Amino acid sequence: MTATLPLTTRPLIQLTDVRKVYDLGEVQVEALKGTTLQIERGEFVALIGPSGSGKSTLMNTLGCLDRPTSGSYLLDGQEIVTMTRDQRAMIRNKSIGFVFQNFNLLNRTSAIENVELPMLYAQGISARVRRSRALEMLEKVGLAERGHHHSSQLSGGQQQRVAIARALVNNPSILMADEPTGNLDTKTSKEVIELFQKLNREQSLTVILVTHDQSVARNANRKIVLRDGEIILDTTDSQLAQETLNSPV
Amino acid sequence: MGLLNSIRIALRALLKNKMRAALTILGVVIGIAAVTTMVSIGQSASKLVEGQFQTLGTNVIVVFPGSQRGGPVRQALVQTLTADDAESIAKECPAVLATTPLVAATGQVIYGNSNWSPKDMFGVGEDYPIVRNWSLQSGGFFSKREINSNAKVCVIGQTLVAKLFQTSNPLNETIRVKNIPFRIVGVLAKKGASMMGDDLDDILLMPYTTVRKRLQGSAFNSVNAIMVSAKQESQMSDATDEIKQLLLDRHDISDGQPSDFLVQNTTEIAAILTFITGSLTMMLASIAGISLVVGGVGIMNIMLVSVTERTKEIGIRMAIGARGRDILRQFLVEAVVLSSIGGFIGVSLGIAMSTAATTLINYVSSGADWPIIVSIPAALVAMTFAAIVGVFFGYYPALRASRLDPIEALRYE
Repeated sequence: MTATLPLTTRPLIQLTDVRKVYDLGEVQVEALKGTTLQIERGEFVALIGPSGSGKSTLMNTLGCLDRPTSGSYLLDGQEIVTMTRDQRAMIRNKSIGFVFQNFNLLNRTSAIENVELPMLYAQGISARVRRSRALEMLEKVGLAERGHHHSSQLSGGQQQRVAIARALVNNPSILMADEPTGNLDTKTSKEVIELFQKLNREQSLTVILVTHDQSVARNANRKIVLRDGEIILDTTDSQLAQETLNSPV
Repeated sequence: MGLLNSIRIALRALLKNKMRAALTILGVVIGIAAVTTMVSIGQSASKLVEGQFQTLGTNVIVVFPGSQRGGPVRQALVQTLTADDAESIAKECPAVLATTPLVAATGQVIYGNSNWSPKDMFGVGEDYPIVRNWSLQSGGFFSKREINSNAKVCVIGQTLVAKLFQTSNPLNETIRVKNIPFRIVGVLAKKGASMMGDDLDDILLMPYTTVRKRLQGSAFNSVNAIMVSAKQESQMSDATDEIKQLLLDRHDISDGQPSDFLVQNTTEIAAILTFITGSLTMMLASIAGISLVVGGVGIMNIMLVSVTERTKEIGIRMAIGARGRDILRQFLVEAVVLSSIGGFIGVSLGIAMSTAATTLINYVSSGADWPIIVSIPAALVAMTFAAIVGVFFGYYPALRASRLDPIEALRYE
């Protein structure tokens, strides 16, 4: 079906019957039990679920960090499952930006160098272009004056904004955020989420957010609730999502 | 990603942790400096030995008398070599340049109120300066005529000049040996110390006939040794064979009979000594090589620790889009940069240390004159080896880093 669709209407992400089995020697754990999911360009999606629900595995799969045991994952029409490690690394570099709970900035490295890093791993970007683009990104997240500060000299919220600048510097089509507000206070969390919403609205950036926090998930247009490796709900209704999540097993 | 970017990334990473980098470099520095220093000192020892043989004359052959076994009675210690043997060797052996008989003497030399016992007192022939390749500083050597007439003349070395004459000119002065007056006709040029530390200038030379007849009162024409110099160093073995053949003929010794003399060739001794110093250099080099390997293992150790310690960093880099080969290259470049810097410092330190060591040896043991040699090949080999060590011992940790699973690496705390 997807093959016949014109480019513009082709979904950005097309997961079909994706399984992920962790072989722990004696036991085999099925983290994803045949997930099928479609995400369009410009969506703001929250993956919600208790720990062990498979949302991290799904996130890693969508982020091309991990390869499913079986199934198909078409990202912008390209099959990821059959790709080599290096090919997936290049996809991550070009098309995906990551934001983590604990920021994951390089130690003893200035903010600007952190933002430059993805461009160092991309092909043929001159030092001057790297520097100006990194500065531009820092400006966008409101940290232009902090460019030469090391990560240890920045607050949590500032570190997360550097991480967002780094995630977006190569103009990816997807921003993956894994509990991005988990280590932030309420006020800073709100700022970060607002930044996501702004990027989603103004640049129609696809944002995929993994969280267990209802108040964070509420900001997403679409909520996908996972439990035991299966999608049990896919809705735009925050109320319904919350009820489903809180319902007893 | 280009190599330039790899180098940039690696250099940035190294600068982030200067202490770790410095410690790794130190390991390499010690290894390389040790190799350079030890090989340099070994080579300077070899050079010293070589140089000593040059002063002795590398083309000198010495013939010693042996026991005579002519008659039914074995006569040990009869002196079988004569001055005539020396003369005929000079005349009849084509590879021989010159010969001199050698008669040893001992005694005290008196001049005015001073006296001195020279270490070497020899009766020699007129060609002694040619055989020993020893020039005269002033005056001349005694002549054939003076030898034939048992003339009471002598030539002295620099040490005797210092001990007996201090400031006055020794030429034509008369010194007394066993109450016999000898006129000084010449002074030998300075030769310095032998490799054993003996003073070669502590020498008194007289005509061998005078020593035999006047000092020792002997009627025999026998000598203690014959010194022979070959025309060229390459003709040493020819000369040795010719001398052996000639003396066997002259002494009526048929083939297969034991000879009554011994021909010793200084190049053989030189070869043995060179072999010994060569082995010494090899030994020093192997010890140094081991320290280089230890340095290499040090690099590997630190690189491995650094891979573990930087698992998180590797995970972040991979998530951002670093491929396995980018990580591999980063760690490899780090290792090579560290070992190259270490190699450069090590070679510089080695040059300084070998210069200092030879200077110290010359200062501490007076008389020794070790040449200062910096072994450039050793330095180059050590540096090349350092780079290889860097790649070799850096490769495994780098490979481990590149094969990390990005998810696991990211989760690592």
